Amino acid sequence: MVVPSLKLQDLIEEIRGAKTQAQEREVIQKECAHIRASFRDGDPVHRHRQLAKLLYVHMLGYPAHFGQMECLKLIASSRFTDKRVGYLGAMLLLDERHDAHLLITNSIKNDLSQGIQPVQGLALCTLSTMGSAEMCRDLAPEVEKLLLQPSPYVRKKAILTAVHMIRKVPELSSVFLPPCAQLLHEHTRNRLSCILLGTITLITELCERSPAALRHFRKVVPQLVHILRTLVTMGYSTEHSISGVSDPFLQVGGHSSKTMTNTSPLSSPQVATNTDTSRNAGNAVLFETVLTIMDIRSAAGLRVLAVNILGRFLLNSDRNIRYVALTSLLRLVQSDHSAVQRHRPTVVECLRETDASLSRRALELSLALVNSSNVRAMMQELQAFLESCPPDLRADCASGILLAAERFAPTKRWHIDTILHVLTTAGTHVRDDAVANLTQLIGGAQELHAYSVRRLYNALAEDISQQPLVQVAAWCIGEYGDLLLAGNCEEIEPLQVDEEEVLALLEKVLQSHMSLPATRGYALTALMKLSTRLCGDNNRIRQVVSIYGSCLDVELQQRAVEYDTLFRKYDHMRAAILEKMPLVERDGPQADEEAKESKEAAQLSEAAPVPTEPQASQLLDLLDLLDGASGDVQHPPPLDPSPGGALIHLLDLPCVPPPPAPIPDLKVFEREGVQLNLSFIRPPENPALLLITVTATNFSEGDVTHFICQAAVPKSLQLQLQAPSGNTVPARGGLPITQLFRILNPNKAPLRLKLRLTYDHFHQSVQEIFEVNNLPVESWQ
Amino acid sequence: TPCNCPPRAATTASLPQHGDRGFPFAAAAAAAAGQAPPRPRPAAAMQFMLLFSRQGKLRLQKWYVPLSDKEKKKITRELVQTVLARKPKMCSFLEWRDLKIVYKRYASLYFCCAIEDQDNELITLEIIHRYVELLDKYFGSVCELDIIFNFEKAYFILDEFLLGGEVQETSKKNVLKAIEQADLLSVLSNIKS
Repeated sequence: MVVPSLKLQDLIEEIRGAKTQAQEREVIQKECAHIRASFRDGDPVHRHRQLAKLLYVHMLGYPAHFGQMECLKLIASSRFTDKRVGYLGAMLLLDERHDAHLLITNSIKNDLSQGIQPVQGLALCTLSTMGSAEMCRDLAPEVEKLLLQPSPYVRKKAILTAVHMIRKVPELSSVFLPPCAQLLHEHTRNRLSCILLGTITLITELCERSPAALRHFRKVVPQLVHILRTLVTMGYSTEHSISGVSDPFLQVGGHSSKTMTNTSPLSSPQVATNTDTSRNAGNAVLFETVLTIMDIRSAAGLRVLAVNILGRFLLNSDRNIRYVALTSLLRLVQSDHSAVQRHRPTVVECLRETDASLSRRALELSLALVNSSNVRAMMQELQAFLESCPPDLRADCASGILLAAERFAPTKRWHIDTILHVLTTAGTHVRDDAVANLTQLIGGAQELHAYSVRRLYNALAEDISQQPLVQVAAWCIGEYGDLLLAGNCEEIEPLQVDEEEVLALLEKVLQSHMSLPATRGYALTALMKLSTRLCGDNNRIRQVVSIYGSCLDVELQQRAVEYDTLFRKYDHMRAAILEKMPLVERDGPQADEEAKESKEAAQLSEAAPVPTEPQASQLLDLLDLLDGASGDVQHPPPLDPSPGGALIHLLDLPCVPPPPAPIPDLKVFEREGVQLNLSFIRPPENPALLLITVTATNFSEGDVTHFICQAAVPKSLQLQLQAPSGNTVPARGGLPITQLFRILNPNKAPLRLKLRLTYDHFHQSVQEIFEVNNLPVESWQ
Repeated sequence: TPCNCPPRAATTASLPQHGDRGFPFAAAAAAAAGQAPPRPRPAAAMQFMLLFSRQGKLRLQKWYVPLSDKEKKKITRELVQTVLARKPKMCSFLEWRDLKIVYKRYASLYFCCAIEDQDNELITLEIIHRYVELLDKYFGSVCELDIIFNFEKAYFILDEFLLGGEVQETSKKNVLKAIEQADLLSVLSNIKS
């Protein structure tokens, strides 16, 4: 029975008319049955309509694999309508993982070689969308022929199909490389931007795949630059432009290709000034310029231009532009630190963005920009942000602040205050080691014990819910309870606290349901410690301790029982056991180094039976002997530069392998109290690597500001400069600036180092360029 | 001699070559490492484009990378959910898996493109806008219903603008002319048979 089949649009209406999912499914299943029957019957007239319906149904998510063979038949038909739908079906239904897709190769080949232009277009489009590697290999000759056809319509498609083929089968590069020159040549005659665009893409792809192609195409770069320049400066044809920017797509393509050939974009400054940035199109081109500058080895001036463009983007009212600027600045902050620093205020402004993805980026960038000179201001901003930021950013912000505080804290008290603030604001989001870090920090700052315990007590009295804070506070109160009760602390207003209040607070922590078991442990121990610190009798404490002897928590119960025993049977030892704790050793390699250092120092003083003063000068004499530089020991180097060999025998450290002979430090520069010192480390695991720490110190009466150190090494070596710790050295021995240079010297070429310093000192700008002499041989051999 | 290709996973690089001027200076910033990692050219400029309604119904899907049907469905479902969850004031870019997603809403339709990490997002916005303009010119003040009832035309227009994920024609006029000619050819071929 022949039922006239539904037209496509009628089917769509019917499906949309369905009220429920079930109804829709019914309609579609019915129609698919008809379509399947129609395919079986092989009706050629309506085949294209049936497939179109099937494709619609497929988009809604229903299975359509039984239409695959029909695509083949339609492609092979001579009717244009059939081919159009057939190729579309091929792109949507055929999958390169199944061999069935290869069956259209022959049809494509026929269409490419014999079809009229629109048909060739369809074939090329399909090939470039779903063409598998085998298909590409088979059809490369046909596409190659079409590259040089006169019709631009076909040619532009053939070029982009070639790009796809090279991506799938890189060996085909050799086929498509020769025609490129001619394609470019054509452009200079006919100025067809679509051809040019495609050609640029093709050339870029070729250069990506083979260095030989790269060398080959270097020659055309001047031509491309000229074209770009023309586009920017001269008039434009309205059909190609977007809101006043000539053919932005072409400009972007041009820049990308220059990235490939790694040449300096001479036209970038011109683009920057001539492009209208009031609309997105202009900004897109400008952004591409920035990306190009970032990717190739640009001169410093261009990089600064790029950073400044991004800085301008940050002020743009369009949120997308700001996002793109923040992301790119994040990429640049390590390498162009000082240039990005200039935009710090704007970046900090972006913290207030309402869009979370923008504020996240602003946070990352702000954290990267913190250094010793701006740390106080930045921390203020970041802490304000922490209070109001969305919850998913809290953890990152908190740990970022804590890390930055650790690196750049100007004073211990500031550091403690900062951590305290973070704990009160975002206590639940901090990392687990924050508690340990803070307790150690407080423990080490003896002069601040009274201050810390007072502040922590106040914070605890206000809020006992933030667990890290409670833990630290409990520990502190336990350790320094006597200072708390003594009540005299110059740094904050005196507050009379009496014993009962303190005990009540700790008991509150113990009993609160908000306290974690670990927190309870801290509180109990603190109570116990207070039994020796407080003057009153210990009945209250004893009571609490004995109650917890029957606590359900095993850990707590054990503690309580032990403490109770301490009261009853070992009271004479109680005071000794609960004494103030010594500073906990920070674990890690640093501790071992310090231990080694102190051991070495101890041995030294034994080996030289003289009091410490002359012994220090003995050390200096030894240094003189070795490296001829006047002993410049502001901070003794971690690896002692004296006769390392002899000392090692003396020390006899069996478990530590003898370290390589340390390289002596070198003072390289001195002027009016400003000194530059180099210290060298050759890590044993990487013999080609040399780490130089450059330290700038200032013993004069005037501050050194805007300090920048630049360096150069011979071509055979590779130099990497990390961001300096800051660019200010306060007078009279203020905190020095350190900067790390990494030098890779795989060929062990002789090391030469040229330095250029610029800074302001005594209201004058100083610039010094010099080559470092007397570089120790061990630094490169 | 060092290779002239931009270093791939580079953290160090040599100083720029400046002929025989000895070894020139490098600013603390440039010259060497810490340089922004270079962009290797992508597998395709655009990986895929999806059009979907505010209720999450798919209206067009163009894939420029080979993926199985199952994977396509999964990606579509997740991405649609992610984009629909975005608030109106948020920016048009988001990071998803290892791709950058650029999306823009025009009336009731979301246009969503996936580009590689090193591509230029701003130009992708322009690509989307250009496509919408083409649709608008072709259908005359296009709305979602036009795209629903004429989805094959939407594909044909896209295929005259982008090829293999790259822009093939920057002139609006030329794209529309090509579509007109193909439509005419189609009508003629129907009459003939």
